Amino acid sequence: MVKTIAFILLRLIATLLAVTFLTFAMVALLPGDPVDTILGTGPRPPGIEEQIRADLHLDDPFLVRYVNWLGDAVTGDLGSSYITDQPVADTISQRLPVTAQLAFMSIFISVLVAIPVGVMGAYKQSKWQDSVSSAGVQVALSIPNFIFGIFLIWLFAVKLGWLPASNWNRLSDGVVPNLKTSILPAFALALGQMAVFSRLIRSDMISTLQENYILSARAKGLSDRYILFRHALRPSSLSLMTIIGISFGALLGGTVVIETLFAIPGLGFSLINAINGRDILLIQGITVFIAVMFVIINTVVDLLYAVLDPRIRRS
Amino acid sequence: MENEIRVGRVPARHEVEGEALLVVDDLRTSFAVAAGSVKAVDGVSFELYRGHTMGVVGESGSGKTVLSRSVMGLNTSANATTTGSVLYAGDQMIGKSSKEKKILWGAEMAMVFQDPMTSLNPVVTIGRQLTEHVRYHLDMGKKEANEVAVALLQSVHIPEAEKRLDNYPHQMSGGMRQRVCIAIALACGPRMLFADEPTTALDVTVQHQILNLLAEQQRDRAMAMILVTHDLGVVAGRTDDIMVMYAGKAVEKAPTGELFAHLRHPYTQGLLWSIPKVTQAKHTRLNAIPGRPPNLIDPPSGCKFAPRCAYAQDICRVEEPTLRSIDTPDHVFACHFPVGTPEGEEAFARNVASDYPPALAAVGKLRASEEVVG
Ligand SMILES: Nc1ncnc2c1ncn2[C@@H]1O[C@H](COP(=O)(O)OP(=O)(O)O)[C@@H](O)[C@H]1O
Ligand SMILES: [Mg+2]
Repeated sequence: MVKTIAFILLRLIATLLAVTFLTFAMVALLPGDPVDTILGTGPRPPGIEEQIRADLHLDDPFLVRYVNWLGDAVTGDLGSSYITDQPVADTISQRLPVTAQLAFMSIFISVLVAIPVGVMGAYKQSKWQDSVSSAGVQVALSIPNFIFGIFLIWLFAVKLGWLPASNWNRLSDGVVPNLKTSILPAFALALGQMAVFSRLIRSDMISTLQENYILSARAKGLSDRYILFRHALRPSSLSLMTIIGISFGALLGGTVVIETLFAIPGLGFSLINAINGRDILLIQGITVFIAVMFVIINTVVDLLYAVLDPRIRRS
Repeated sequence: MENEIRVGRVPARHEVEGEALLVVDDLRTSFAVAAGSVKAVDGVSFELYRGHTMGVVGESGSGKTVLSRSVMGLNTSANATTTGSVLYAGDQMIGKSSKEKKILWGAEMAMVFQDPMTSLNPVVTIGRQLTEHVRYHLDMGKKEANEVAVALLQSVHIPEAEKRLDNYPHQMSGGMRQRVCIAIALACGPRMLFADEPTTALDVTVQHQILNLLAEQQRDRAMAMILVTHDLGVVAGRTDDIMVMYAGKAVEKAPTGELFAHLRHPYTQGLLWSIPKVTQAKHTRLNAIPGRPPNLIDPPSGCKFAPRCAYAQDICRVEEPTLRSIDTPDHVFACHFPVGTPEGEEAFARNVASDYPPALAAVGKLRASEEVVG
């Protein structure tokens, strides 16, 4: 067990090094001189170019810059924004809870819908219930989430007037006000996901239902529902676990459009602003942060496999 | 052992003997596939008395598994059709909804499957797999069901039974797992047990222990049992009756002693010769019957075994024999030229004389088996 954890940690560190290096390299390779993109085309006060180069250590060799940046980064110092002068780490720690909440809620909704739909699809394979849910999945997959978001705003904010069209109430303002502003964007993000999740459960479930131990469970006279949920669901959730991890990581950086649509001050919103303003350190900070989260989440997923399947556990 | 008594129903005297628990009549199961209809069970009839054991023997593919599942009503594939009659304690099983059958499954009739490595759920503890149906069928609380589970594990001779409840299947050996499977099958005290090649997937050393365990439990609980195997040697001393299956049909049925004393069907003789000998290296299939079982979609006309039979004559390839008996009415067989009868010996001699390959192969087998005996 100790050995396994040590191995996982070692792999985690190696992956983080690779991820930060690659992200750093890609941002450094962005076309154009960062100084030009920072200063724009307006008049330049004398000495400012040299100032920026010195601040960014642009004249140092690439590797030196990476090592310096990494050294600062592990102490939590990701530099400061050129535009607002706010430390990048502060921006991230302010914005992260918002995006993380959205990501979590949308995954939760997706799983909640996908499990019954996927299980039903497998159980009633090729019957009408399965055809209807397949058709639903096709539709859900083909609607872009921002279009669905616009529809939700139209229905619940404009027509029914139940929920606000945009804006964000922090959790600290109370759970209900927060839910009022978070439920629609979370649903908008969940639509495509629930379709993918339910398909995964369905196909894993179909192969699980062929297993001998399902036949033995049937021969014991257990009810179909019990067999589906207590015997077949867990062995059919391994791919789902993987995709949940990937989706969670992807959502941290991928809620840009929905955050913009609903005017939500999350990470994606900051990232798009940073890109528009060529705020290099902020871009770099957020990108690396998301990549790191991605790696950490996937490590957690690896650990969770052991919870799902006792054969992976080492006693 | 007080628990054991509660675990297994104690049958009343009249239940043990004299009354047929299971009456199967003209049972047929076919599978619709692209090429046509696979007649896996093709008109099988038999009776099984309370507390009696019947061995079902045949090569792999002869329909033993489909037969036992059809009797239980457990065929899962959507392309399966079962017709005929299965009376269980006077109750017609064919046509019952699966909801009605679930009341019987696990409680009245239970099955032990071939492969203990795959027939236990790897992510569910042994304790829960042992108790879930007990709690469901017998309406027991968790604590009581756990006590029953421990008693059951003890009765199938699993050491440290309490500790095993929290184990997962992968923490046990194949033999142990099959013991667990047997305990699961016995848990609700069924009156009818199906054991579908319960030892085929196990080590030779473990096979005897498991078979003895089954026999012991069957006797103690006075259950009716159908023991399915491809090895005639397995059922030799352990069953009241034997039914030999070939290509979905019963080709010979008799009380066990009678069958071994006067076997009539050349296929049964082939099975007898292919019993693995102790002197033989493990897993040699040298003595298997030459040739392959027929295509079940479009079988040849006449006797299905004729192409592989040492006794086959022209009529065998045209006219399919039906079950009949000679002296003993409860010994029936489907053959035109039965083993050990003048017409059979004559047919065999004629085939040997004309160098008919199956007959020549049989001569070799005959000699080999006489050497082993002698
Ligand atoms: N679901 C199915 N679809 C088509 N054919 C099947 C199916 N299940 C079994 N069969 C066929 O039925 C025949 C009998 O199989 P089985 O009862 O498993 O044989 P045994 O148990 O004697 O080895 C085989 O030819 C097998 O291919
Ligand atoms: Mg079989």
